[in-house]
Amino acid sequence: MNIFKKIAEGIKKTKDNFSKKMFYAFSAKNLDDEFYDNLLDALLAADVGVESAEKIIDELKDRTYRQKITSPENCKDLLKEILQEEIDFEIPEYEYTPLVLLVSGVNGVGKTTTIGKLAHNFIEDGKTVIVAAADTFRAAASEQLEIWGQRAGVRVIKHGEGSDPAAVVFDTISAAKAHDIDVILIDTAGRLHNKVNLMNELKKICKVVDRELPDADFRKFLVLDATTGQNAVAQADVFSECIDTDGIILTKLDGTAKGGVVIAISNKLELPVVYVGVGEKIDDLIPFNAEDFINALFE
Amino acid sequence: MALFQNLSERMNHIFSKMRNKGKLTELEIKEAMREIRIALLEADVNFTVVKKFIDSVSQKALGEDILKSLTPTQEVIKIVNEELVALMGSSTQKLLVSDRAPTIYMMCGLQGAGKTTMCGKLAGYLQKSGKKVLLIAGDIYRPAAIEQLKVVGRKVKTEVFEMGQIDPVKIAKGGIEYALKNGYDTVIIDTAGRLHIDEKLMDELVNIKKAVNPTEILLVVDSMTGQDAVRVAQDFNNKLDITGVIMTKLDGDTRGGAALSIKAETGKPIKFSGTGEKMEDIEPFHPDRMASRILGMGDVLTLIEKAQDAFDQEQAEKLAQKIRKNTFTLEDYLDQLDSLKKMGNLNDMIAMIPGLSGKLKGADTNIDEKQLGKTKAIILSMTPRERRNPDIIQSSRKKRIASGSGSSIQEVNQLLKQFAATKDMMNRMSKGKGLRGLPPGFRI
Repeated sequence: MNIFKKIAEGIKKTKDNFSKKMFYAFSAKNLDDEFYDNLLDALLAADVGVESAEKIIDELKDRTYRQKITSPENCKDLLKEILQEEIDFEIPEYEYTPLVLLVSGVNGVGKTTTIGKLAHNFIEDGKTVIVAAADTFRAAASEQLEIWGQRAGVRVIKHGEGSDPAAVVFDTISAAKAHDIDVILIDTAGRLHNKVNLMNELKKICKVVDRELPDADFRKFLVLDATTGQNAVAQADVFSECIDTDGIILTKLDGTAKGGVVIAISNKLELPVVYVGVGEKIDDLIPFNAEDFINALFE
Repeated sequence: MALFQNLSERMNHIFSKMRNKGKLTELEIKEAMREIRIALLEADVNFTVVKKFIDSVSQKALGEDILKSLTPTQEVIKIVNEELVALMGSSTQKLLVSDRAPTIYMMCGLQGAGKTTMCGKLAGYLQKSGKKVLLIAGDIYRPAAIEQLKVVGRKVKTEVFEMGQIDPVKIAKGGIEYALKNGYDTVIIDTAGRLHIDEKLMDELVNIKKAVNPTEILLVVDSMTGQDAVRVAQDFNNKLDITGVIMTKLDGDTRGGAALSIKAETGKPIKFSGTGEKMEDIEPFHPDRMASRILGMGDVLTLIEKAQDAFDQEQAEKLAQKIRKNTFTLEDYLDQLDSLKKMGNLNDMIAMIPGLSGKLKGADTNIDEKQLGKTKAIILSMTPRERRNPDIIQSSRKKRIASGSGSSIQEVNQLLKQFAATKDMMNRMSKGKGLRGLPPGFRI
């Protein structure tokens, strides 16, 4: 699978709007105020956020001045460079001791779908996988997960609606221990980050994992909808404060949203994007690559 | 509903800076406009909408009258407020009802916007006003979507019509036939979430529209949506000519600029908002109130309405009398707790009180609703005589109450102390001394 092609495909629509504005901006003759204003608009339209966008433009102005760049075309490479620096992080390799991935986020971002795709990816890799249906709140969430589980061919542990999610996780860990499973995936209920009691519930789930599997490689991911605006920064902020989030899974990049809020988040929180979701099919979740991401935006 | 709270904080900050300065210069107004621009952009208002908005406000604000005015900040606030209201629309837009039964509401939107949940909430809401509602399960794609609608339907006691995973056009037609035969006057059609650029699926919606001719086509939008909201709404509108918009997840801390952008760019009214996890968490959208919320003027009207819903008028008068005569007992306290609970989430209420939402930020405003339940348990473990006359509660009675309510003696003590303090406060208020810390003119 050509990852670059897949991202470019997924992002094709994404870039339409963004790159049109970029193209318009870079068609300027001089690096004047109007040029930078148009560039700022392009970044704002991509949900990069005022603060980060202004910071990026300032940095760009600074570097063009120092490197004595005068043509918009050369300026473009510089902008790519700056954007890429913002979102490029090294992500540690997984260790299957076992590997526990917890997926969290606000309502409707695509957590359950992401779990299905993750399960599929690990199965393809020859790993053994078990899934905890710890979204016990939303109507029919575990049924939805079960269907994904069947598609991916993995076992899903579930309790009844309204039961304690931490108990579901506990049972899943017990089953994983009994069968020597490589990867444990935990789906959680959507929760708005300003609901304190729900955030505490999430903490409790993490505590169960820490206690039951002290040697596990435990990663906590936040799922973000690429259409989300600046509120995504608040989401990332609160979730990482609460459960010490390790990374972001950016979903729905197959729409027209630009997902630029990721840049705002990196800027403020240095939280890496780990995967991107680019479609509804089971293999439409791919590892994030900063260079590809930025390149695809400008191609 | 912390909606727009951050924006109102910013606006408050800008204008309190301006208030301190008295007369404003042209430069200062420009500075204020810049701040407002940033605030609106950070609130996810679409950047083209922001441009237009700032242009129109600055033009008015830079008019000579304002520069000469003695209270220029007030003038600027007034202009910003007026323009926001003009942008949002000033009146609440009701749902249309068809002359010929059944009235058909068709829901549409992106994946994860909250359509299925909103279908249930809307059904519950309409049933309260005496409608007989049928839900039609038209999402044949997402795994377990039909099951989800059924569960939601059970929660609001509404029948769900489904035909499994066949052509949604057939399901819609079949559902409406079923509604006619069985005396339903209102149907709500749930549809699958889809991308506005997915032509095949968008055509499917057009076909449903052609087949059943809905009274209203409602676009469901996540209020956290960013700059893309305008494009999504425009695409759905161009294809389907939607009649209205429903904003969901407004109980988050999103600033909800998407609402502003969609209204400004499509002209279609926002009719409802989803404000919580429970099925009754749905409210008609009040655009004018939103505008004053943006400006940090609080949402007193919603607060009063909620209070009116929760408190029985007669009961309230009796209570007022008791307060005046100082015969307020723990039994009345218990009634108050119940009414308070009925009004909804306490933090949301605080956010609606003008002048308080900004000030309480950072303070622990997380009022523990569990604590309320505990208080109730303690009072319920008392005998009626004890409730009317808490002075007789001494150590052995305290022990009994504590074990009866599953709490500690300290907790019982705390409650009694609290009650005494409340009574004392009421006593002082009824004598017209007022309550410190609340804004002037605001009385409980």
